[in-house]
Amino acid sequence: MKDFAALFNAVDQTTKTTIKVAALAEYFTTAEETDRLWTVALFSGRRPKRAVTTTKLREWASEASGVPLWLFEDSYAIVGDLAETIALVLPPVDSDDTGTLTSWINALRGLKEEDDAARKAFVLSAWQQLGGTERFLFNKLITGGFRIGISQKLMTRALSRATGRPEPEMAHRLMGNWHPDDVTWHSLIEAEDASADASRPYPFYLAYALEDTPEALGDPTDWRAEWKWDGIRGQLILRDGDYFVWSRGEELMTDRFPELARAADHMPPGTVLDGELLVWQPGAEFPSSFNALQARIGRKTVPKKLLAEAPVILHAYDMLEWRGEDIRHRPFAERRALLEKASADLPADAPIRLSPQHKFTDWTELATLRDTARDAQAEGLMLKRADSPYLSGRKKGDWWKWKLDPLTIDAVMIYAQSGSGRRANLFTDFTFAVWNGNDLVPFTKAYSGLTDAEFRQITAWVRKNTLQRFGPVRQVTPHHVFEIAFEGIQPSPRHKSGVALRFPRMLRWRKDKPLQEANTLDDLKEMLRIYG
Amino acid sequence: MTREPVLTFTENGIYCAAGDFYIDPWRPVARALITHGHADHARDGMGSYLATDAALPVMRHRLGEIDAEGIAYGERRQIGGATVSFHPAGHVPGSAQIRVEVAGEVWVASGDYKVIDDGMSEPFEPVKCHHFITESTFGLPVFRWAPQADVAADLNAWWARCAAEGKTAFLGAYSLGKAQRLLSMLDPHVGPILTHTAVENTNAVLRGQGITLPDTMLVTPELNPKDHPGALVLAPPSALGSQWARRFGKQESAFASGWMALRGVRRRRAGDRGFVISDHADWDGLLWAIRETGAENIYVTHGYTDIFTRYLNEQGWNAQVVPTQFDSDGGDSE
Repeated sequence: MKDFAALFNAVDQTTKTTIKVAALAEYFTTAEETDRLWTVALFSGRRPKRAVTTTKLREWASEASGVPLWLFEDSYAIVGDLAETIALVLPPVDSDDTGTLTSWINALRGLKEEDDAARKAFVLSAWQQLGGTERFLFNKLITGGFRIGISQKLMTRALSRATGRPEPEMAHRLMGNWHPDDVTWHSLIEAEDASADASRPYPFYLAYALEDTPEALGDPTDWRAEWKWDGIRGQLILRDGDYFVWSRGEELMTDRFPELARAADHMPPGTVLDGELLVWQPGAEFPSSFNALQARIGRKTVPKKLLAEAPVILHAYDMLEWRGEDIRHRPFAERRALLEKASADLPADAPIRLSPQHKFTDWTELATLRDTARDAQAEGLMLKRADSPYLSGRKKGDWWKWKLDPLTIDAVMIYAQSGSGRRANLFTDFTFAVWNGNDLVPFTKAYSGLTDAEFRQITAWVRKNTLQRFGPVRQVTPHHVFEIAFEGIQPSPRHKSGVALRFPRMLRWRKDKPLQEANTLDDLKEMLRIYG
Repeated sequence: MTREPVLTFTENGIYCAAGDFYIDPWRPVARALITHGHADHARDGMGSYLATDAALPVMRHRLGEIDAEGIAYGERRQIGGATVSFHPAGHVPGSAQIRVEVAGEVWVASGDYKVIDDGMSEPFEPVKCHHFITESTFGLPVFRWAPQADVAADLNAWWARCAAEGKTAFLGAYSLGKAQRLLSMLDPHVGPILTHTAVENTNAVLRGQGITLPDTMLVTPELNPKDHPGALVLAPPSALGSQWARRFGKQESAFASGWMALRGVRRRRAGDRGFVISDHADWDGLLWAIRETGAENIYVTHGYTDIFTRYLNEQGWNAQVVPTQFDSDGGDSE
């Protein structure tokens, strides 16, 4: 695993993408082919089937290090990464590693056939044999989650450099359901007629947020506008009589949305659609709120009752493949025309709906429409250039989300908790409250939105102004007012305040605002009445 | 009849009633005994200061005209009903643990300490006592420091590689103590060492009291980085990625701190490299120091106080958490 550890260190010890890409490209040229394949797999979120449970790992690490289990768990909460915590609490050793990445992975997979005693013996001996980065990586092979600042984009760039093939092709080859057991380096990366798996999705094209007014985009007639509804981005694939639903995070969600099976009744095989998965009640004018969809997320199998209560449709806005042909290079207007034609005869109860386009002649007209987005349960508008191809990844220029400004409320910080991982020595997780008479009622937590300098400043303040500790949580003197921004508000019987917010974050630290001028619970209820 | 404790924890800081003085107070008081010159321990506005002879120059440099008196390590002094003495804490040059004895009962306030010899600070000496006040900045078993020589080798290898690639090696570290310790670890054969004013000012003070440091060159507005190829720049952490740093052109940045042991923190600093070098005791160091005192009663202050205290109690000590305002800088001084 030495090569792999060296690659990991080279990439982890720099913030510069050029150096990361160079290190990866070098590795993809020189390392053993199976090691390369596994590296691509690991860095794109694939991992060997877990042979050891994390519960066992914790127990064994506690035992091998002499650190009591509670102390191990407390340390883990601060470090934020199990593989790293284990690597750190075990006594340091000099690495004596002769295996390759693939041989370690195979050894781990062999453990599936063994009993607990044999698994334990193997893991303990690996911990004694591997030091530093190698020990950490060995643990990562078990726990998964190689988040090391290598985006898909960066990896495809490195692969492109190593193979001399274009980046978009590499991005497409890496998509979908492949596993190192079923492919070779050659078949995945190099083979001319990559007879792709039928489920393989296209890389998603992602929009940037429009910060300015749309006038900068030029002639309005070059653009198309649609509502932006808040659901789950999804790609529906109809091929070979089968259907597949992929999330933007490249998760196969087919089983979670059985209603989309009927899509095959309405569209021919060799069709791939891009759209938003939304809960849409029969006959309703607009989709239900994201809250309704939340009940469906995380359910791997859906009970009948839920299926009836929260029916999901694909709100289709683009077509990527038609009659088996990849049409991503064609202009959006053309793809859209094909999509419209294909969905012309869809019955009202079909699980696919066409995303309507708004007619507009100038930007002012569109701005007026955008102001009414909340009435349509929408977050704002999507703007797409009529002649743009379907690109992969987040690229500026052709697709923009033009969202409404978030809702905001001024709230008082009352609890603080320190972060983990990147934020291990800072207070970053806060609970906020609004006034109800002379009481402060907590209504939301927020973790993001401040600069590092502000987090350091508030951390120093929290340490000096702690009233009471509840484990890791500190109650602080009510003093600081923050402007909290959020995307939506819903009634919630689980919360003391009676509301739940969507995407709450700290917009500004209102140092200018006295405590008494924070908003009230009545203000919050009024927002619920208007926007809930 | 229960006796009044020798030291109590008040809103002004650690107080000794028998001698009517405070140790590292954070509010103005008449008489302050100071463990070391870092800003969170030696504060402005005290009526009088008592610190080791070796700690005074830095304190005077930082606090200006103060009514301060020096004391040698190990020297016993009577203050009211208390006998006090200062003993090396190994944290930075001049740093001390303060021993306070009243009617045969001994307390030690250790301030910040580390137990390994850094080659520059007076090495830590365990002091037998009944009551020991300890810090816990790195009081978790995930913090274990590698030998200084190993880290020095990594540091110099990094610098040499930067120099070979035509880049400036930009190293961020706290100006008092950490910066000079790093200087003593650097191999001047690799290239010239350039310093930020904040670092150089402390260098001058420490050189003035007889501490040997490698040659350094102050970065002035006139200095042309091109005249110093292969240089390493030593500056406070705040200078990393600043306008000031950009003049050095192509560069790699590194940060030296005990926190660099955690990958997450290392990544948040957004530097290229993190070197794990701390002037605080690691997990094993804290436990060793506590055992060596022979104390039964342990008071745990700044750091992972709750967790460390629970562990000590499980191991048979009588430990409790002491509130503090010391750890007010979010870890940047480390």
